[in-house]
Amino acid sequence: MSVLVYTESENGVFKKGALEVASYAKGVADMLGTSVTAISINGGASDELGLYGVEKVLEVKEDKLTAFNAKAYASVIQQAVQQEGAKVVIISSSADSKFIAPLLSVYLTAGYVSNVVALPESTSPIKVKRTAFTNKAFNSTEISSDVKLIGLSNNAYGLKENSVTVSSEGFTPTLSDEDFGVQIESVDKATDKVSIADAEIVVSGGRGLKGPENWGLIEELADVLGAATACSKPVSDMGWRPHAEHVGQTGKPVASNLYIAIGVSGAIQHLAGINASKVKVVINNDPEAPFFKAADYGIVGDAFEVVPKLIEKLKEFKSNNA
Amino acid sequence: MKILVCISHVPDTTSKINFTDGDTKFDTNGVQFVINPNDEFGLTRAMWFKEKQGASVDVVNVGGAETEPTLRKALAIGADNAIRVNAEATDGFFVANQLAKVVKDGGYDLVIAGRESIDYNGGMVPGMLAALTGANFVNTCIGLEVEGDTATATREIDGGKETSKAKLPLIIGGQKGLVAESDLRIPNMRGIMMARKKPLTVVDPIDASQETKTVHFQKPEPKGAVTLVDSENVDQLISLLHNEAKVI
Repeated sequence: MSVLVYTESENGVFKKGALEVASYAKGVADMLGTSVTAISINGGASDELGLYGVEKVLEVKEDKLTAFNAKAYASVIQQAVQQEGAKVVIISSSADSKFIAPLLSVYLTAGYVSNVVALPESTSPIKVKRTAFTNKAFNSTEISSDVKLIGLSNNAYGLKENSVTVSSEGFTPTLSDEDFGVQIESVDKATDKVSIADAEIVVSGGRGLKGPENWGLIEELADVLGAATACSKPVSDMGWRPHAEHVGQTGKPVASNLYIAIGVSGAIQHLAGINASKVKVVINNDPEAPFFKAADYGIVGDAFEVVPKLIEKLKEFKSNNA
Repeated sequence: MKILVCISHVPDTTSKINFTDGDTKFDTNGVQFVINPNDEFGLTRAMWFKEKQGASVDVVNVGGAETEPTLRKALAIGADNAIRVNAEATDGFFVANQLAKVVKDGGYDLVIAGRESIDYNGGMVPGMLAALTGANFVNTCIGLEVEGDTATATREIDGGKETSKAKLPLIIGGQKGLVAESDLRIPNMRGIMMARKKPLTVVDPIDASQETKTVHFQKPEPKGAVTLVDSENVDQLISLLHNEAKVI
């Protein structure tokens, strides 16, 4: 009985989220006195998973699975869980993993708890802490089913190196044509930009920037920091920025290490969406903006004066610390 | 085309979140309930299919009688029939099993549910429903067209979007993008009057297990005060982020 983790990859390389769920799975396995097995679909080099505590990797190499397919991927993971007799299954909160998880939950009759933020509070029964009410609260949830499925929030546990000897073996799943009912026609993805889900730093702009023509400022600051760009709801509603950048309760959740809000007043729905970020910085000319109550660091000032200075000083800082 | 839209009855996005009974229950005192925003985008897209393509639109909720005003609001927006499964929505497994029964009995071609409710944020009911009914499934859907028996659906992926084709029946986990915020409809007086006469059928739940259980709620620790940095001294901010917060 091992803990099984689905380690997601992209273009044959494990995603950072995969290494995080591997680290977390090792933590859970240690609590249960067992080891971690990973299932990898057209994935990266198994040695990399060994650095984060994975002892065994089931490697699927299958051309039919080159394009993502939620039902087929869920079926492959189900077959791996059954072969290994795993009782705890760990999955990330990437868009693809959140697509797979509820299908897998039914295939395994496994209670599924999403948005988990820490190691289990208890192991008998398994009880985990998760976020609810869009980060306005936590709830502790017990899973009563025989097999348990835990979805870890992005960036909640971090990478924990824990080098072990890793063995890998091929795994050949049975694939059914019925799983391929949804066929991808096209993928439109900016390859040169950091996505909000993967980003360690997010730079976000609000109405205070006055218009889409001023977004060069946000992009340049993001560039210097290697950050993703985001925006508030009014900005996306007015069409200044694409909906995909909208963060908040009805947009994307953000759980970055550093969130910098520029000209964002901090409506309750926005703050809820970004609350899982570890460190928050606000730059706003209105000292009464609600964001100052939620932030760790703040500058009261005009974004058009402060941000260019910040960019310049960060460039100096980066070249001194390179 | 027969469409079913799954409606969660959730606290308004501006609600203060509190708990009662030793932090084991959500405190509904003074809270206004609304159609879950992710579901409302789906309902509005369903109205488009009704008006342009002659689809019929039913709405369903799993919940007690207190959720009926939310279903009536969906009827006032333009849904034809409402169904309420008379049971407390205890966990995703239980709710998905109830909805699967409604979907099978009703012979729906397209089921649109929000990608997640904004209260529990489970994000699991649409996918579970697809697994239980065997229908095709597209999650985090931001664009949906149907021609004959084939749908073209665009979903949000990390850092972009992906467009797929799938045959009906299809389950959608929807969100903003299915329609724009400005397309959302406020029910008018005529809609509200008509909604009173539309059928709202209450059905008994089927036996289904619950696999997870919330045992305790907790609010985040109150935050310390913000550290203000003078706008003339951005170096200090960089130093704090580097040395104190250790995030750059």
